[in-house]
Amino acid sequence: MSEEPGIKKFMFVNRKAPYGTVYALEALEVVLITAAFDQDVSLAFLDDGVFQLRKGQQTKGIETKNFSPTYRALEGYDIEKLYVEKEALAARGLTEDDLLVDVTVLDRKALGVLMDEQDVILSF
Amino acid sequence: MLHIVNKSPFSSQALDSCVQVAPGGDLLLIEDGVYAASSGTVADNFMRDILKRFRVFALGPDLEARGLADRLIDGITPVDYAGFVDLVARNKTCQSWL
Amino acid sequence: MPNIEVNGKSYETDEEGYLVNLADWNKDVADYIAKTENVAMSEQHWEVVDFLRGYYDEYQIAPAVRVLTKAIGKKLGPEKGNSQYLYELFPYGPAKQACKIAGLPKPTGCV
Repeated sequence: MSEEPGIKKFMFVNRKAPYGTVYALEALEVVLITAAFDQDVSLAFLDDGVFQLRKGQQTKGIETKNFSPTYRALEGYDIEKLYVEKEALAARGLTEDDLLVDVTVLDRKALGVLMDEQDVILSF
Repeated sequence: MLHIVNKSPFSSQALDSCVQVAPGGDLLLIEDGVYAASSGTVADNFMRDILKRFRVFALGPDLEARGLADRLIDGITPVDYAGFVDLVARNKTCQSWL
Repeated sequence: MPNIEVNGKSYETDEEGYLVNLADWNKDVADYIAKTENVAMSEQHWEVVDFLRGYYDEYQIAPAVRVLTKAIGKKLGPEKGNSQYLYELFPYGPAKQACKIAGLPKPTGCV
């Protein structure tokens, strides 16, 4: 993809759980804005970032917007590369079935290689 | 006394520090701290050890927000905001492990 | 905060006239906002507005215009899923103007 002139590989690296801090929501908003620029965008979920994709989030009690459904809108924005760290899922007792979108599960090494291939990394 | 932890056990030393320093008492998990109350994680045994010394509570609305309400480790008591207030009122002092 | 008055009831809006509270929306409020935008609501207009409400309900965001166009095409057919059709209905931009009438926030990334 990055061989195409003007197209860069952007990776958003998500490492924070949702709601406890504002990183996850901020990342999602920047991702949606970036989608307008027709770049090669991917999202990586590492460490506590995997919690962002967990099914069954109900935020009424903490009076905070539940932005987890928005991850399901990414496909419509042509953002289809979602990578999730295998070790992070396992450490948190999660499997792919616990996630609310289809993802590619990769081990840490493979994620590191992918990260290395990017033109731009945005860290959250 | 009451100890409050609001950080994920997977990305912070807050819970570690808390239980190493404190001999026991009430421990309330809130915000990202509630991830420690979830069963089947690498922190599962750690939490079961903590339960031998502490009465552990987790804030219900924070569990629900994170989709964790159905995986609470046995022995941990979910509380609502009123329960949070009760815990603070019932204890003479309160330390937040920020 | 500015307010709009519809049927004797007051509704909070932001500086640009977007409803502050999603739950405040009803058809009369939509009609009122449409009038301020010089849009005469037809069945075709409502179809887009209802679609937007449904999209928001499902994904918790107002879609970017490109995404809206594609999604409408998928649901209502290619003769409606193109920007010419949507701009004819909402001359100041389907995402921006239709979202306003639908009582949604301004689309993310809409500059």
